[in-house]
Amino acid sequence: MKNFSITVSINGFIKFALLFCFLVLTQWCNAQNKINGKKIFETRCLVCHQSDGGGVPNMNPPLDGATNVNGKDIARLVNIIRNGYDERVALDGMYYNNAMTANPDLKEDAIADVLTYVRNSWSNKAGAVTISQVKAALLKNKAVKK
Amino acid sequence: MKKQIQLVSIALFAFCMSVIAQENAGLKLPEGFKANLYANNIGGARHIAITKSGVVFAKLNNPNKEGNAIIRLEDANNDGVADKINGFAKFSGTGIFVKGNSLYASSNEAVFKYELNSKDEVVNPLTPLTIVSGLLDRRQHNSKSITFDMANNIYVNIGAYSNACQEKDRTPGSQGMMPCPILDSAGGIWKFDGTKENQTYKDGKRYATGLRNVLGLDWNTETNKLYVAQHGRDQLNSFYPNLYTDAQNAELPAETFYEINEGDNAGWPYVYYDPSQHKKIVSPEYGGDSKKEGSAEFKEPAVAFPAHMAPMAVLFYTGNQFPAKYKNGAFISFHGSWNRAPLPQEGFFVAFIPFKNGKATGEWEIFANGFAGTENGAKVTNTGKAKARPCGLAQGLDGSIYVSDDNKGAIFKISYSK
Ligand code: HEC
Repeated sequence: MKNFSITVSINGFIKFALLFCFLVLTQWCNAQNKINGKKIFETRCLVCHQSDGGGVPNMNPPLDGATNVNGKDIARLVNIIRNGYDERVALDGMYYNNAMTANPDLKEDAIADVLTYVRNSWSNKAGAVTISQVKAALLKNKAVKK
Repeated sequence: MKKQIQLVSIALFAFCMSVIAQENAGLKLPEGFKANLYANNIGGARHIAITKSGVVFAKLNNPNKEGNAIIRLEDANNDGVADKINGFAKFSGTGIFVKGNSLYASSNEAVFKYELNSKDEVVNPLTPLTIVSGLLDRRQHNSKSITFDMANNIYVNIGAYSNACQEKDRTPGSQGMMPCPILDSAGGIWKFDGTKENQTYKDGKRYATGLRNVLGLDWNTETNKLYVAQHGRDQLNSFYPNLYTDAQNAELPAETFYEINEGDNAGWPYVYYDPSQHKKIVSPEYGGDSKKEGSAEFKEPAVAFPAHMAPMAVLFYTGNQFPAKYKNGAFISFHGSWNRAPLPQEGFFVAFIPFKNGKATGEWEIFANGFAGTENGAKVTNTGKAKARPCGLAQGLDGSIYVSDDNKGAIFKISYSK
């Protein structure tokens, strides 16, 4: 009986330790992704969407608080980053006149990082974007284009 | 008790400070000038025009909460503040101009004409005449600013739907198209007959070309010439980081102000103006290296302003209220940059361009500042945070000038007294 409870607790400890390591690691990875995402944002996006994510009235839409940015349609966001965006659409009821730059050279992990960053910056608190989500979105887009 | 006195005096101090802060509607002006809010929150107001009886018309960028995109404002009791405000028209756009008993307004693809009655009320708010239609609107740079010469010709800006005429707009590594095919129908100023209905491109004439996007244009009635202010290209550092640093991009290219003669070519997209080298430089999309000088055939600017400040309107001052130095000079509004980021933004003011013997001297000075409403006049970092962004300019009957704000739609009235 005594032995048994010790094994359980050792077992539990290992499990706990593993889980702990896993959590720390994912947190660390997330943090790394966010740092990388921030860097990409600053070099490629900040000029238009501004450092506070507030955009420029009538020109470039805000990313902070934007419904689509915090929304579930990850594939749409991925394709906007990769291909740019130049359509007559209302975003949260407003129209914007500028054309967004395409990023044909941004790798899948970089797209995931920058989207994770904008979805978790300023007042945004949406889920991280994974590389597999990015891959799936780009594949689907290719299929549609053919 | 002591504490109470302290509190009261703090409150009193705060109240005084807020009154002081609102002095001149928050604007900073030269000695002897004062400003007040003529109207506020009418909706993002682009250009404005004033009738012979002093009624102000403002063209809103988009219809406001009431669904109106042209607003009529009247100061019936003559206290400097609009007290009769109403609106009409549903179309987005920028341009508005009063010519005699006619009110012209532009959408992003057409110019319409309304009739005014003896009280300067619009007779046909629902049924304007179409003067010009079918002008290109491809979203980017689609506003059609308008002005008239001293006859009945109307001059319409048709902005280039592109940054630098690349094969793929705003795409790194994409080359500039040669010749730039956009220039046959955009990237210039077109001239039409202001009295004739139902004109399209074929009835007009390309009056000037090589102008990326002109928001501010006005006729100098002293010298009988058109003047325009161009919005220079963006993103030199984003696409050519090996040629331009962030700091260089923040200063390149100049926002340029031109005296225009028929047939002039200001050189977009092939060249841009570098204000520190005082030269037209070949665009990197066309093989430039930030130093190679462009062709001499392209027009020299009359004044070069700091980059990206976004000139929105030009107004030649013909009034007698302001000191003599302002007469026949030009006011120019800048609604403020975004493309200087990550460096702080510039603009958000109205500047004055002195003229001597009918020519710009090349100098300029800030006339009215403080529109952005930042603490202690600090620089704006994020353009969206600027409180007001000066846009339209018009001269009142008494020689005051009016400045509209295309953010929330304030209208400032600026006057002078000795
Ligand atoms: C040249 C300016 C510019 C740059 C650079 C730019 N954008 Fe955009 N962005 C825009 C414009 C303009 C739109 C809206 C386009 C439209 O209405 O068709 C937009 C739209 C978006 C949207 C969709 C917003 C919504 O509400 O649906 C996202 C997300 C976005 N941008 C993210 C980014 C990211 C991330 C970057 C950097 C990799 C970036 N943008 C770089 C101008 C820019």
